[in-house]
Amino acid sequence: MLSLTPEETTAILLSLKVASVATLGSLPFGVLIAWLLARKTFPGKALLDALVHLPLIIPPVVTGYLLLLLFGKRGPLGSWLAEIGIVFAFRWTGAALACAVMGFPLLVRAIRLSMEAVDPRLEAAGRTLGAHPALVFLTVTLPLSLPGILAGVVLSFARAFGEFGATVTFVSNIPGETQTLPTAIYTFTQVPGGDAQALRLTLISIAIAAVAILLSELLARRSARRVLG
Amino acid sequence: MSLEIDIAHDYGGFALQAQFACAPGLTALFGRSGAGKTTLVNAIAGLLTPQRARISINGRVLADTGNGINVPPHQRRIGYVFQDARLFPHLTVRNNLLYGRFFARRDDDIDFGHIVDLLGIAQLLQRRPATLSGGEKQRVAIGRALLSRPELLLMDEPLASLDGARKDEILPYLERLRDELRLPIVYVSHAIPEVTRLADTVVLLSDGRVQAVGSVEDLTARLDLFPLTGRYEAGAVLNATLVRHDEAWGLSVLQTRAGDVMVPRLERALGTALRIRIRARDVTLALTPPTGTSALNILPGTVAELQPSSEGAPQVEVRLDCHGDTVLARVTRLSADRLDLQPGKPVYAMIKTVALDGGSLGGRGR
Repeated sequence: MLSLTPEETTAILLSLKVASVATLGSLPFGVLIAWLLARKTFPGKALLDALVHLPLIIPPVVTGYLLLLLFGKRGPLGSWLAEIGIVFAFRWTGAALACAVMGFPLLVRAIRLSMEAVDPRLEAAGRTLGAHPALVFLTVTLPLSLPGILAGVVLSFARAFGEFGATVTFVSNIPGETQTLPTAIYTFTQVPGGDAQALRLTLISIAIAAVAILLSELLARRSARRVLG
Repeated sequence: MSLEIDIAHDYGGFALQAQFACAPGLTALFGRSGAGKTTLVNAIAGLLTPQRARISINGRVLADTGNGINVPPHQRRIGYVFQDARLFPHLTVRNNLLYGRFFARRDDDIDFGHIVDLLGIAQLLQRRPATLSGGEKQRVAIGRALLSRPELLLMDEPLASLDGARKDEILPYLERLRDELRLPIVYVSHAIPEVTRLADTVVLLSDGRVQAVGSVEDLTARLDLFPLTGRYEAGAVLNATLVRHDEAWGLSVLQTRAGDVMVPRLERALGTALRIRIRARDVTLALTPPTGTSALNILPGTVAELQPSSEGAPQVEVRLDCHGDTVLARVTRLSADRLDLQPGKPVYAMIKTVALDGGSLGGRGR
């Protein structure tokens, strides 16, 4: 029961890779957008806020299709990026992009909430002590938002790990290239005699999710202790 | 050092307009809540940009709206001790202290150990701010500001959030700070005892305007400022020198121009220069040298000025000239009439020793 076929192992490892790259790659952008929304006022802020939240609201298939239109081989961004050697369509990088977009609202939301909770008076104190605003951000705002950043990373990772609709629409379901755990499970349920494999992968995905949640709880508790003293 | 300030700022129907220069030493910005004190220090620190401002320190212009100059807070080199300490909760006390020093980037090394000893925080270095008492937090906040090597230290009611015992714990440290470091301090307060104890110069602020600037002794002696300095605590401040301890009775004797004043035993060295604030409501007047009274302090003087506390009030404020020192007394109109008090009349001021407690006494500094 627990000996995996090479096909299954590939799907699991690919899922982990896609979710990790999606989460870590979107983290700097997530922090930047969260900071803009938490601390700045500028024209079009409401629009940016809505745009960030869009993947949470519209059907994943729609997000996948929009990505395909934009980043496909003949899409306006896809053709331009292809010239400098970055290809998303039907590659694992495309799966990572789809997962990053789907997880982004959760990432930004969690970070923004914790940044808003950081007392701006502490930032003012940092400035009077001679620290440039950018350094105040790095030494005061960011460390104090750490619990929210960790929560955002975990949520975004979990979302990426389970992403199906946008991924399958954007980059299809190619074994070894874009076939992640959820799409593999779906494939096994569609072929006769694939039930055992589907169940096995289901159990594995539950186990990975459980470990991720436990790990994040542990990290969150430690960082909260650090932040709150 | 010279700090020159000229600020005008309107916000929410309140107009702040202040122009003054600070002498070396500790300058107290004194006024009631809502007088504009915090707005003023925030403008000096650069945390608030006034509509019109010209601020310079030792000739270095920090803000000049006329010429488009507005130095950002992190380049002003002004230490700021906030009312609420504002220690960084994610850093240990040691790292809080080192935060400002790291950014000060100066060649001359500040003696970390000296500041830590001065403030008595050596045993707290490994702790986190959340585990400190209010008084400890405030001492660490002062140390953190000092170690950033400021040219000026702003303190915004650093004692306001502390109870009486914690205040008494910190005041001696503030006196040492003022006397041992050659650092000008602007100290915001609405408490006369603190101002009496610490200030070299007082800037009296009311309704967003500077009402008076002068020494503690001069300002507290002015009857016309009573409504602003607070009637209950109002009283003249005398310069004194500690000349004798009376161990048997637990008393200390202070010499002033007005005469010797006995106070409860002070734990200070003989010869220490002190200030003593004699509240007007603690002074009793007599026309002849009183005998058979429990009051230990009897100061002869002459009436210099009389003024009703307010229109139709039952009390009058009496300013006495006691050999060049000013003593203020508050008596009823009835008493003033019975004694026929008028300028030039010789009187004797009686003050109970027990009325002159710790809140009335402070080191004078320089």
